[in-house]
Amino acid sequence: MTTETTRVVPTASTRGITAYRGYRPPPGMISWALHRITGLGVLLFLLLHIVDIFLVNYGPEVFNELLFLYRHPVFRIGEIVLVGGLYYHAANGVRIILIDFWPAAYRYERQLFYGVIAVFLAGFIPTAFLMIRAMLVAGGHA
Amino acid sequence: MTTVRPHIGRERPSGGFELYSWYFFRLSGLLLIFLAIGHVVIMHVVNTVDEIDWQFVADRWNSPFWRAYDWLMLFLALLHGLNGARLAVDDYVRPQGWRVFAHSVLWTLALVFLIIGSLAVLTFDPSKFEVVAHTGG
Ligand code: HEM
Ligand code: HEM
Repeated sequence: MTTETTRVVPTASTRGITAYRGYRPPPGMISWALHRITGLGVLLFLLLHIVDIFLVNYGPEVFNELLFLYRHPVFRIGEIVLVGGLYYHAANGVRIILIDFWPAAYRYERQLFYGVIAVFLAGFIPTAFLMIRAMLVAGGHA
Repeated sequence: MTTVRPHIGRERPSGGFELYSWYFFRLSGLLLIFLAIGHVVIMHVVNTVDEIDWQFVADRWNSPFWRAYDWLMLFLALLHGLNGARLAVDDYVRPQGWRVFAHSVLWTLALVFLIIGSLAVLTFDPSKFEVVAHTGG
């Protein structure tokens, strides 16, 4: 039974190095921690966002007054972080769902995580580029 | 054969509310890929935040399609996110009393924000402000 287990889930020791991992987190912990942090971060934004969109009902003056926030450089950087968080959470969410419904996929855990990073970068780099460009263009007259 | 799976995400719960919650996470997550990412792409790739103002929202919410889109996204994102916060609460908040309190806060937030958000997307009537809106040009 033990051999079955180790064959299925290779650990550091079965890879022949050493079981001691020092301060390195166990595999999967970083992707999980990032998933939780990004999920909670997007949720926090969403709560504020529902309040700000509610203000459309108070007419153009009130709403447009508030939008200076979205255009403020500090907030714009926050928006880039937010979009990055959402993209990561979505890409990693797909990996979780894939493994849930197709258990054999966990053997490619590591490759799938690299896939998540690749999908994340493929989405995030162009989006961040456009957001930074828009920010620099607006910079002069914000 | 005993297969030991590393816990990626969570083990599927065996039944009851937790099983519905487990499916809801996955179903809403798949839909939010299109809704939330589509929304962010519309705001930041197709447009920029410099183009977003009251008139922008009034134009978009002229179409029932975007109202329905936003409303669905509101429901799914809010329930998925707050249900996720519940998972975090269960991991960090051990005392029973505090846990009940934290759950109550989360479900209250869900109710209040669903109401605020639904009011915004369903009752918004730009014609009330038409006069003001056009004086700007
Ligand atoms: C910084 C990036 C974002 C900008 C600039 C933005 C902008 C907007 C705007 C202008 C609206 C008004 C309706 C419309 O035009 O469709 C809106 C509504 C909405 N947004 Fe966003 N959004 C952003 C990020 C997000 C994210 C990440 C989420 C998802 C978690 C989200 C969820 C929503 C929801 C649910 C509504 C409808 C609100 C309601 O029913 O009251 N937004 N957003
Ligand atoms: C864009 C598409 C999304 C996908 C594919 C996705 C997928 C997932 C999945 C599969 C889980 C794991 C649930 C479990 O452990 O059973 C999860 C958890 C979570 N999601 Fe999402 N999600 C998405 C969008 C969002 C949004 C917009 C928010 C915020 C409003 C959010 C907040 C959370 C939170 C807070 C958790 C709990 C994390 C934890 O504590 O372990 N997600 N998501």
